[in-house]
Amino acid sequence: MSYAKRFDKRRLDEMRKIDAKVGVIKRADGSAMFQIGDTIAIAAVYGPRALHPKFLQNPEKGILRCNYDMISFSVPDRKRPGPARRSTEISLVTEKALLPVLDLKQFPNAVVDVFIQIVQANAGTRCAGICAASMALAHAGVPMSDLISAISVGKVSDKIVIDLNKEEEDHEEGATDIPVAMNSEGEITLLQLDGNVNKNELFQALEFAKKGCSEIDVIQRKALKDFYKGVKNE
Amino acid sequence: MNDDYIRTLVEKGKRIDGRKFDEFRKISVETGVSKNASGSARCKIGDTEVVVGVKFDLGEPYSDSPDEGTIMVTAELIPLASPEFESGPPGVKSVELARIVDRGIRESKCIDFKKLCIRPGEKIWMAFIDIYPLNDDGNLVDASVLAALKALQEAKFPKLVDDKVDHESKTNVGLKLGKLPILTTVYKIKGNLLVDVNSKEEQVIDSRLSISVADGNIHALQKGGDFPLNIDDIKKAVDIAIKKENELVKFLK
Repeated sequence: MSYAKRFDKRRLDEMRKIDAKVGVIKRADGSAMFQIGDTIAIAAVYGPRALHPKFLQNPEKGILRCNYDMISFSVPDRKRPGPARRSTEISLVTEKALLPVLDLKQFPNAVVDVFIQIVQANAGTRCAGICAASMALAHAGVPMSDLISAISVGKVSDKIVIDLNKEEEDHEEGATDIPVAMNSEGEITLLQLDGNVNKNELFQALEFAKKGCSEIDVIQRKALKDFYKGVKNE
Repeated sequence: MNDDYIRTLVEKGKRIDGRKFDEFRKISVETGVSKNASGSARCKIGDTEVVVGVKFDLGEPYSDSPDEGTIMVTAELIPLASPEFESGPPGVKSVELARIVDRGIRESKCIDFKKLCIRPGEKIWMAFIDIYPLNDDGNLVDASVLAALKALQEAKFPKLVDDKVDHESKTNVGLKLGKLPILTTVYKIKGNLLVDVNSKEEQVIDSRLSISVADGNIHALQKGGDFPLNIDDIKKAVDIAIKKENELVKFLK
């Protein structure tokens, strides 16, 4: 049986509704919210600030430290509060996804801390987290050469789709999840895959990701501009 | 900002943001933080923001109360919310926050634990109440209680199929809450009593007293801070909390 029509009636290359906002956590040096469908991520940036313990310091340039986690009630089965293996790994790949556009040479021995929390989860949380983090870094004024956008693409049954929701991830005929992040030039900074696709399918999926990320990039930039417009008017 | 400046200002009867001593910042309480919670709410007091989710799950009753369900309150002071919070296992501050919220709800008996019993001695509902500050600009505990109570008002039990919880589907049955335990924390700075301190004021307090009040009755107290309170302070603080109950409970209507 083929996956003829998407559960929520979207086109195969259609993302869920996106909302993005900057400046959602006042205490932080930079912050942002990124919502895609029912998935909501928030990110806060603190720093550049002194890095402890000292042996982690790099005298050449500042380091980026990302921390991804989910709020206990963001998922159907209560998640035990606190980090676990999954969130540790996602924190790591998030760091790698963002680092290429950051310029931390001005901040030797310092750290830029990025904290990401998923408030409500319906698939695609690491990508939503990366989108929020990228905006939060820009909002914090950390020197950046570009923004990073991220989207999950994949295969549901026999169809290549963009932005799988939870129902699609759990499709009885199997689903392949491919989280992708890239800069505005289309250079890929995150690529993971769980499932089973052939080469053609992979590249079709990456085409979808490129198109999706460029749409997200526009939304991220607009949210940043809107924030500063608001500042001027206040 | 200089700590001495804040304290000197209070001595002169003033606060850094121009509020009166017994004046809260703007409060808002709303529901619907996460569709995946049994119930969830967000409370903002000024720039302080806390989200709380309630999740029902199955458990076994304690042997000394075989026909009662229970609640479990957890607070995670995630480093996203403040430059002072650090990752890692819950510290003493988050444990205290959770326990203050727990005791107010438990002692006021606003939840009838007997109604959380499914089969005496075997199966009960546990209500997990999880607190997450998203922005700490002081007075987290008062905001946490408002958000927790709103989330409890909103919470719906999940479906129970063959003694298993189906977390994906909710019933339309909720808790019937009794009188709500509203918490007001009164802070003492240089002999003056203030409510709803912001994060700058919070750093220079001498002591504090959190007071849980339902229908004019006190259900929980927690004293904090490095300096003592005298009886007169406590009397005044309780009066403030009783007055504030009526003011704050309106946000839960």
